[in-house]
Amino acid sequence: MKKGHLLAFLFGASTVALILIGTEWPVPSAAAYAGGGSLLRSYSTPEAAASNLADEIRRQAWDKAYISLANKAQFTEQEFVHDITDFYPSLRTYATLESFEVAPLHESADDAEIRLKLHWSTVVGANVSTRDLHVTRNGDHWEVEWPISKEAIAPPQVIAVNYLRWDVIYRGPGDDWGIQDVEAPHVRIVDMHPVERAEGVVILGELLNEDVVPAYVSVTATLLSKSQSPIATEGSFDKISHLLLPKQVTPFLIEFPKVALSEVGSVHMVPASSLVAGSADPVIEIEGQQLNPAPGASLTGRLINQSGQVVNVAHVLGTFYDKGGQVVWVSDEYIDQALLPQTPVPFEIHIPQDLASKVSSQRTVVATYSSGGSQ
Amino acid sequence: MKVRCVLVLGGLFIAMSHIALATGGRMSLPKTIEAGSSFSIQTPGRGNAALFIIGTGQALKRDVQLGQTVFFAAGSLYNAGHYLAILEGDSFTETESLDVVPASKPSNLSFLAKPSRLPVGLHAGITGAVYVFDAYRNLISEAMPVSFELSDPMGTVQKRIVVTRYGAARTEMDSTAQQGVDSFVARVAGIKSTRVVGQVPGDPCGLKMNAEPSGQRIHLVTDAVRDCNGNAVPDGTIITFTETFSGYQSTIDEPLKHGIAQVTISAHNGAVLSVASGVVMGNQIRWEK
Repeated sequence: MKKGHLLAFLFGASTVALILIGTEWPVPSAAAYAGGGSLLRSYSTPEAAASNLADEIRRQAWDKAYISLANKAQFTEQEFVHDITDFYPSLRTYATLESFEVAPLHESADDAEIRLKLHWSTVVGANVSTRDLHVTRNGDHWEVEWPISKEAIAPPQVIAVNYLRWDVIYRGPGDDWGIQDVEAPHVRIVDMHPVERAEGVVILGELLNEDVVPAYVSVTATLLSKSQSPIATEGSFDKISHLLLPKQVTPFLIEFPKVALSEVGSVHMVPASSLVAGSADPVIEIEGQQLNPAPGASLTGRLINQSGQVVNVAHVLGTFYDKGGQVVWVSDEYIDQALLPQTPVPFEIHIPQDLASKVSSQRTVVATYSSGGSQ
Repeated sequence: MKVRCVLVLGGLFIAMSHIALATGGRMSLPKTIEAGSSFSIQTPGRGNAALFIIGTGQALKRDVQLGQTVFFAAGSLYNAGHYLAILEGDSFTETESLDVVPASKPSNLSFLAKPSRLPVGLHAGITGAVYVFDAYRNLISEAMPVSFELSDPMGTVQKRIVVTRYGAARTEMDSTAQQGVDSFVARVAGIKSTRVVGQVPGDPCGLKMNAEPSGQRIHLVTDAVRDCNGNAVPDGTIITFTETFSGYQSTIDEPLKHGIAQVTISAHNGAVLSVASGVVMGNQIRWEK
């Protein structure tokens, strides 16, 4: 009995002692994740200097990050912060840096080139941005030169906007059941094509709003076995442009993980649409679209916001066709910065390596969201 | 055995005689009444009793003096259906039935017209269904003629007469070649109900654009965009302009404004310019300047 008491006392005392030691002298990683300090403190190598900077960005310790820069005389701390978080609200503004990778490209005794890959966590999923940093030696330590890209600002001007806007009055709760409600927009699937990928079956297609009013659309597909029993039901989620103006076409992609195409007897497609208020503004020009061949096959181009209002989030969807005009892939990219009026913003949509050789043409659409707007 | 049978039959006779004495006969009530009309029930016998009238969605109770006539004012019983009249005294219960049928005069129409918006020139594209009700919202199952009329803005009228079956009548109409708001009217015995049906233009037809230099850029403008019936395609319809040159492509989705769409796009010698709306292709222009 006495032995048991002694053991309990020893366990209790050692626990208290460990808590005190951990609080007073925490390990660097624990302190960093608790927001109390950074993981690295040494600036003795170019990689360490770049890692330290990324660590300060992760902790949003902007003053420390700015002070550590070699070229801070070229811009203010505010400009540095806006370069990372964007001046106008956008995906970047609400993103947190999840992790980073540092890769040396070139190194000499006094300077080095480091590629910093930043893995952001955004409201629409993971986003990766890359910065090539020039790092210089300053005495016994290394400092990063931040490649600032200053905000392009459209000159002050008035842009007259007189595009159509649709408002909707829906049926009221007190109306008789025979009273008409506003008709849901008529939409039609104009192309549908199942393909087998390593991860499962993917349904690709295009949806047309054939009505004269804006439509909020989505597509659901159910895979049926050869005996017509349902295998799985999935929706297009965000692999579609949900708001379609009259006669606008959106691609869609629906994924069925872990399903083999050989199991599928037929596919039941359900396009859904509802009437929503909408605006024909803003108009986005997609300029200089180019299909880049493998390796690293992609579709690149620039978005130009032709309207006067800031577009906070832009979602670019690319539809890729083979020589016969059949859809072979649908891919997308969220632009992590706001689209300012008349200011080109580049985009790059990746095409799977094995499909790149089949792609003959493409069509790109942009879905936009402006805070305070419906689109 | 014989004695037992005689005792049972004797008991039954005494009981029946007791009921007959208490009630002095059976209730007298109409077998059928129109919803909402007044009616009366003649009760037999002497003494006090309670009269219940119980049916789907409605129940009435009256305390009655047996031997008197119970009056029910107009509007007392208004839900169509099968009812039980139960007369309950101290020592007896008597049950009769009556049917409440819808009033023969229509008072309300529920008119379902679908769709509320459709393209021009669709055969049997518009459907109208009418349900005829009396003043108490009972479906009138008796056959009666319903007149359907669809009038377009030019004054053209399509008319159909359909006789109701089990209280409902249904028809189909064609959308006309002229866009606009049609009036769809259903009439029964002086009661009418109106719905509006929007006839909207169809797909663009013969989509054509023109190109002209505008400084370092090209100004593209469509002709007035119309459907195959000559109706102006509504503003807001997306027109897609595409420029293809040396492996590059630029596209702009531009909504129609005042019947036309226009954009300016970078000028590239040898570029192919095309225009489309939805799945409808327009003309192509090769830019050589």
